[in-house]
This record gives sequence, C-alpha cells and structure tokens, in this order.
Amino acid sequence: MIYLDNAATTMRKPQEVIDAVVLAMSSMGNAGRGVNDASLSASRIIYDTRERLCRMFGGTDPRQVVLTCNSTESLNIAIRGLLSPGDHVITTMLEHNSVLRPLYDLEAKGTSLTIIESDKRGRFDIEDMKKAVRLETKMIVCTNGSNLTGNYVELKPIGEFAREHGILFVVDASQTAGVFPINVEEMKIDVLCFTGHKGLLGPQGTGGMYVREGVNIRPLKAGGTGVQTYSKTQPVQMPTALEAGTLNGHGIAGLHAALIYLEEHGIDKIRAREQELMRRFYEGVKDIENVTVYGDFDTMDRCAIVTLNIGDYDSSEVSDELLTGYGISTRSGGHCAPLMHKALGTVEQGAVRFSFSHYNTDEEVDAAVKAVRELAADEE
Amino acid sequence: MRKKELKLVVTFHTTADAMAMEKACKEHQAPGRIIPVPRAISAGCGLAWCAALEDREQIVSMMRMTGIEEEEMHECMV
Repeated sequence: MIYLDNAATTMRKPQEVIDAVVLAMSSMGNAGRGVNDASLSASRIIYDTRERLCRMFGGTDPRQVVLTCNSTESLNIAIRGLLSPGDHVITTMLEHNSVLRPLYDLEAKGTSLTIIESDKRGRFDIEDMKKAVRLETKMIVCTNGSNLTGNYVELKPIGEFAREHGILFVVDASQTAGVFPINVEEMKIDVLCFTGHKGLLGPQGTGGMYVREGVNIRPLKAGGTGVQTYSKTQPVQMPTALEAGTLNGHGIAGLHAALIYLEEHGIDKIRAREQELMRRFYEGVKDIENVTVYGDFDTMDRCAIVTLNIGDYDSSEVSDELLTGYGISTRSGGHCAPLMHKALGTVEQGAVRFSFSHYNTDEEVDAAVKAVRELAADEE
Repeated sequence: MRKKELKLVVTFHTTADAMAMEKACKEHQAPGRIIPVPRAISAGCGLAWCAALEDREQIVSMMRMTGIEEEEMHECMV
C-alpha cells in the first residue's frame, strides 16, 4: 500500500515512538497520582514532554503547555473558554470544523462571528481581517495551514496586528506543528493549538496547546487533578487548570519519543523532503488534461498536500479507484472544511487529497502520478 | 515505621511544578527527593520535595535562580 493520507494522520511513526508506547504500557503509572516509581516515571516523561514542546514552539514556560487529546479539544478549550456572549470573533473560510463548529455554537449563544472570505485558490487577504475588527472584537482564530489545499498562512502579520489591537490570537496548527517553525513569542500567538499524531509523529489521542502567560482560559472540564483534593473548584494554576482527569500517559510517552526524533532529525530537513515529494507530485499532475489542482502553488513553501479532481468524477469514486486499482491511500470528500470547499467550488464533488510524509519515496510519488494520469485518460 | 526527623519539606501548586523542582535539583546537584505530602501539611500538590534542614539555603537559592515557585516551605517531622 502506498499511504498518501498523511494530513489525516502520519501512519508511519518512528520505531522509537512505538517502542516508547509499548514500554510505557508495561511500566507507567498515573502521573501526579501518588509517589511511587511508576507514577513518578509518568510525571517525569510528561514534564519533559512539556519542556520539549515549549522549546519547539518558542514558549517561555513549560507550565503553559497543556496536554490534550488533539487539536479539536485544544481549540474547544481556547474558543469556548475565552469567548462570551457579546464578544466578536474573526475567522476565515479556510478553517476546519474543529474551529467552525465551536464558533457556530457560540454564535447561537450571542457571540458575533465574522468569516473572512477566501478566493478560488484558497487564499484570504489580511486587510479584510483588519477591516472586520470592531470595538468588541475579542479574538482572531485561524489556521496555520489549510488541511484541504495545503496553503500556508503567515502568522506573524496577523499576530502583530492582533496584539497591537488587544485582540487574542488563537492558532490551529494541526497541519504545521512539527513541520514548520512556530514561535509563539515572535508570532504573537496567544494560544497555539496542535495535535500530536500528524507532523509531530506521535500517537493518536495526543495533542496540546501553548497558552501565553497571563491569558486565563475558563476550563472546559473540571475533575481529578491529583492536587488540591479538598478544593471544590478546579485549581487555577497552569497547566492543571486545563487538565482534569488522567492524561494519556502512554500516548504522551510516544509523543515524547517523537519529539526527540524530530529534534535529532531536524524539522527543516523533514519539511524540505516532504515539500520535495509534494513538488514532484504536483509537477507530475498539474498539466494532465482533465485534472484540476486546487490551492496556491505560487510558492512551494506550503504544507505537503496536493488536492485535485479528475473531470467531474465524484472524488470518492476516484479515491476508491486509486485504492482498489493501484493500492494508493488518499482521502476524498469534504475533509471537514465546508467553507473551503465552498470557496473552491467543490461542495458537491469533494476533492481527492494526496498528502506526503518524509517517509514516502520518489517511487511512490511516481506511481501516484501514473495512476492519476491513467484515471484522467480513462475519463476522456 | 522508621523514626521521624525534622526535615525541610517544600510543597507545590501542581505536579508540573514538583517535576520542575526535581529536574532542577538533579541538574544543580541539590539534595533531596520527592515524597508524598505529609498529612500535617495542607498542600495543593500531592508531591513534595524533602531535604535535610542544613540544605535549605542551597535549595532556596537554586529555586530562586531557576524560577521555581513553591506553594509553601515547611520544617516538619518526616
């Protein structure tokens, strides 16, 4: 099987990650719940994971790293815990449902929402964002990279604008964490939300957020923390304030190993390889008759995603044909990004997404190009 | 049960703080170890740092240097 669905999850993980999870499952206790070797080993690995994530994202304090199950949980914590009825929030058409659905929910409860339009190539203009600001604008929330087109969004200009205007800047880094350099201080990010199982190469069920010191988020959950047992309220100190219940220690042990792997191999090197594979595929398919490629390829400094359609074929049919006829795994359909499809004009058809990992090979990419060429010729 | 001695016991708000303490102590060769918080102390975190009384100065200066915040600092029988 040729796995080209890495934007959904990086299926191939470093062996160190697998080994770390297996070891944790036979040796790890519950972090912060008792003082025994097993529990302390969990607490130590979890703390070291916070330190490594803090370093990776240019944070100032590892205690501001909150560990969650995924980006969706992080985004829900940030969006629901910072916005109130009467506030105004700005987002974009590029967003995933993990941003849009919490926002629609809050909109129904009295938060006003502005969604910045995207052009047909999946780009938006920061000037539109600036024009949308009102007195009651509390937050800008946007993605760092579209999961549908792979378009990369420059964060620094948005962060600087938001900070100047006293607006919170919340970022969905699902497609970029572990691949692109992110510096929360330089980019003026107030809350960075990420998942562990994509570019960070960790297990599913891991993820987190970096919360700038001084940003106080109302907890989404309350419960056991291992600390302040007799207090009726959730502790206010970070990261405990936002971490009720047992953490996914086994998964975090895997994420920990993945972070060491990324430090050793270098995310710049990994990104360069992914982008090389993406470019190889793009160059191979872009001029094929009947193939429509979506997104902005003026720059190759983008997420390693190429999304396309063949003629007016249903994207699911194409994806299924790629799997059954060629053994190539892709994703079709809506990709949880409804407004992006609207901008691209692919609501009905969906789109076929090819997404690459540094573990993919040139030969796999060439096989995928050949498959697209054959299917497109067949369509004629 | 072994005989209790008067010790320095540092408590923390969160497990993360206790882990930061353990790591910093290891790095700076400050003595002591993590223990469960004794019942006599009401503390936020279930983990505390326990060291000999004579090490107090070294531990406190290390904590100030590394920016680790305690919840409380006690001298108690442990």
